[in-house]
Amino acid sequence: MRMILESKDVCKSFGAVTAAENISVRFEKDTVVGLIGTNGAGKTTFINMITGYLKPTSGTIHFLDRDITVLLPREITRLGICRSFQTPQLYDTLSVEENLMIGLGIARRNMRKPIFSRGPKTIPGHKGTAKEAAQAMMGRFALTVYGDQLAKTLPGGVRKLLDIAMAMIVKPLILLLDEPTSGVSAEEKFGIMDRVMDAVRAEGVTVIFVEHDMDIVARYAGRALAFYDGRIIADAKPEEVLADEEVLKLVIGGKKKPHQATVSSDHA
Amino acid sequence: MKRIDPTLMALILPLAMLLAAGPFLPQWVLFLVTLSIGKGFVVLGLMLLLRTGLVSFGQGLFYCLGAYAAGGMGTAFDVSDVFLLLVSGAAAAALLAFVLGFLVAKYRDIFFAMLSMAFSMILYGLLVKTAALGSSDGFNVPVPTLFEAKLAEASTRYMVFAVACVATFFVALAVHWYQKSPLGSLSPAIKDNELRVEYMGASVRHAIHVKFVIAAALAGLGGALTGMTVGHIDPEMAYWTTSGEFVFVTILSGTGSVVAPFLGSLIFELIRSYAYEYSPNTWQMVLGTSMLIVIVFLPAGMWSVFASRRKRA
Amino acid sequence: MVELLSTVVDGIIYSSWLFVVAVGLTLIYGVMKILNIAHGSLYALGAYSAASLGGFWLGHGYPPLGSYGMLALSAVLVGLVMGPLIERGLLRFMYGKDEIVLLLATYSVFLILEDAIKLIWGVDSLSIAEPYGLLGSVDFAGLTYPVYSFILLAVSAVTGIGLAWVLQRTRQGKLLIAVIHDSEMSAVMGIRVPRFYLITFTVGAMLAAVGGAFTAPMVSVVPGMGVEVIVLAFAVVVIGGLGSLKGAALGALMVGLVRSASVHFLPQVELFSIYLVMVLVLLFRPKGLFSSAEARKI
Repeated sequence: MRMILESKDVCKSFGAVTAAENISVRFEKDTVVGLIGTNGAGKTTFINMITGYLKPTSGTIHFLDRDITVLLPREITRLGICRSFQTPQLYDTLSVEENLMIGLGIARRNMRKPIFSRGPKTIPGHKGTAKEAAQAMMGRFALTVYGDQLAKTLPGGVRKLLDIAMAMIVKPLILLLDEPTSGVSAEEKFGIMDRVMDAVRAEGVTVIFVEHDMDIVARYAGRALAFYDGRIIADAKPEEVLADEEVLKLVIGGKKKPHQATVSSDHA
Repeated sequence: MKRIDPTLMALILPLAMLLAAGPFLPQWVLFLVTLSIGKGFVVLGLMLLLRTGLVSFGQGLFYCLGAYAAGGMGTAFDVSDVFLLLVSGAAAAALLAFVLGFLVAKYRDIFFAMLSMAFSMILYGLLVKTAALGSSDGFNVPVPTLFEAKLAEASTRYMVFAVACVATFFVALAVHWYQKSPLGSLSPAIKDNELRVEYMGASVRHAIHVKFVIAAALAGLGGALTGMTVGHIDPEMAYWTTSGEFVFVTILSGTGSVVAPFLGSLIFELIRSYAYEYSPNTWQMVLGTSMLIVIVFLPAGMWSVFASRRKRA
Repeated sequence: MVELLSTVVDGIIYSSWLFVVAVGLTLIYGVMKILNIAHGSLYALGAYSAASLGGFWLGHGYPPLGSYGMLALSAVLVGLVMGPLIERGLLRFMYGKDEIVLLLATYSVFLILEDAIKLIWGVDSLSIAEPYGLLGSVDFAGLTYPVYSFILLAVSAVTGIGLAWVLQRTRQGKLLIAVIHDSEMSAVMGIRVPRFYLITFTVGAMLAAVGGAFTAPMVSVVPGMGVEVIVLAFAVVVIGGLGSLKGAALGALMVGLVRSASVHFLPQVELFSIYLVMVLVLLFRPKGLFSSAEARKI
């Protein structure tokens, strides 16, 4: 399998606080990886470093043999890594369809090289007109019925879906999801992840997601990374990671079998 | 049948009527309309910025620079062709905005507003101290000519008026199309959630830089036109209170349509002439009170009244 | 050498004036996140009131030294009247709206007050020069300065130290600092934020008026005198960092010295030396000299 993303000895400290210590991971193309860990363990910091929101204190991150360690978020997005956010980042004053149209407009502009920019443009286009492409994406995420509604009036679970749809619309090669089911009711969680995974499978995208809900990780991820105190303490198939002694003790807490861990520890 | 863009109609009809009626209209009407168009250009630029969530309290910088560039071309290089003067005004302003944009585009909200104000005050200070440009008295702009022909005064006024109308059509249409283009349609997105724009791969700073330059070019165009119409320019054009008036008209007009700035500008000039004549010491009070009323009760500007009326019909 | 000393002393005197004029603006912004453009007209109101009250005092033959008290009193009165009027009468209905909308609201108030001043006091210039020359002048190192300049310096120092003391040593001051950092959280914790807003705006108005009142004896009190002050105050505040007290002090000092130097050595740049300083500072410190750290967004 081809390697698509690699971090080498990535460290991040904020003054005296070490948020990440020697994180060295390789991600393979077309895989689904779940990142678990308690709050403050370093998962979101890691994602933030990959997407360029934070710069590592030391270490490098490579995407398809290209060093992206110090690139700006928008340059990293143009290269093919896109993310969703813990709190959905939407254009609240615009409708769902307009939200997606903006994304398409940006993606199309990225095809042509603007005057002040760095980095190659690797985002391919969509089929049909912008409106058709937006509607296709809405269909895939069951957003069609909300098409004309303003984003700020949407229910929480739908906002999450739109946030992920926005990340998908620029046709990324890697999709990073930051707690895609946090703040969503238990019944909706699987619905959301099913939709996301269906859409992803159709596009051939590598997915890395951060989650507190172990069921979600067990069900959708082919690989799990457990973070603790800024380090990765386990890296294997989800069932193995979730049964690992250290992970159980430090991350999950107590000897619980994965399918019984239904209470997710996410707090807003 | 493809629906004609209502904006196109809103532009063509009134302008065509004005052009046709022009020769029969009294001089003061021609003067007023041309002046309103000149200031309308500045407001159009401000509208572009406002849609992006930015308010510039310093468009006077480009307005004044455009006027002085046109005036300078006339006085120093003996250029009087009306088109050249207009273009030189817009170009000078655009060039300065390109340079300043590298700094200014990094700022938002109050900082953006006040930084732009500071630059306009720098120009004001420079001009007041420059004797060669007439210091605080300014100087007169030479009479514009059309294709080498120097016309009689009344005809010149109509000529400038006609050029202004034609320019309005093309410029307003261009801005209208720009707003529909991918870069233009980023404005409401930037205003709403910059973070998301960046994380989808677009450069917010670049977009703002471009809009800043466009708004400046429009202001420079307006300044050149105003200078030609009034015949005299002075540093007061760069004073922050001038910029404040432009902001007022922008708020009054709203961001609904490219026609709004010109309409708002015309209404403003009409009210100003009457209010000032009636009671010069309460003019500012009238302005301030009106602005408060608009901000509180009509946050989308006066144009929203027209827009909603159309939807209901 | 004398030239240098004179530049420095002139600079410090001008800085103290700038500080008094600007500190109210930065206080109001720091607490309420409003850039109060009406600050300029409050300054003018201070000057006009000082001219009226001072003129009344002196006209009735009361001890001339009391005119200084009249200056201070007029500033306090302007603050006590205009502060609540503007804050309770208009601003409090607009909290929560965009910063820019509030800016435009204060701009509207400024426009209204400018004409209100003309309506109340007329368009002719007023003068209240006696307090300026009253205490005579003092000589040192070959230079002559009116004692009044040092009164200004004293007013400035008292204001600065007084504000700093209130903010850091008193309980109310510490609560105010909490409101500055996070008004929403403060409200949740039981701090009566609206009351602090009212007090802050009133004090800010008073400080603007102090600037105007103590400037009145030095200049001709005319309509429009507040217009230029706004941009000056704003520039100082931005240099120092919006909302920072010591920033306003340092900013005022920098601007004062630079302006003094330009007056003495390069008069052509005097008018806009302040804005040049502002642009230069912003190039290196985008949010001013002392700016608060920003929290993580995602």
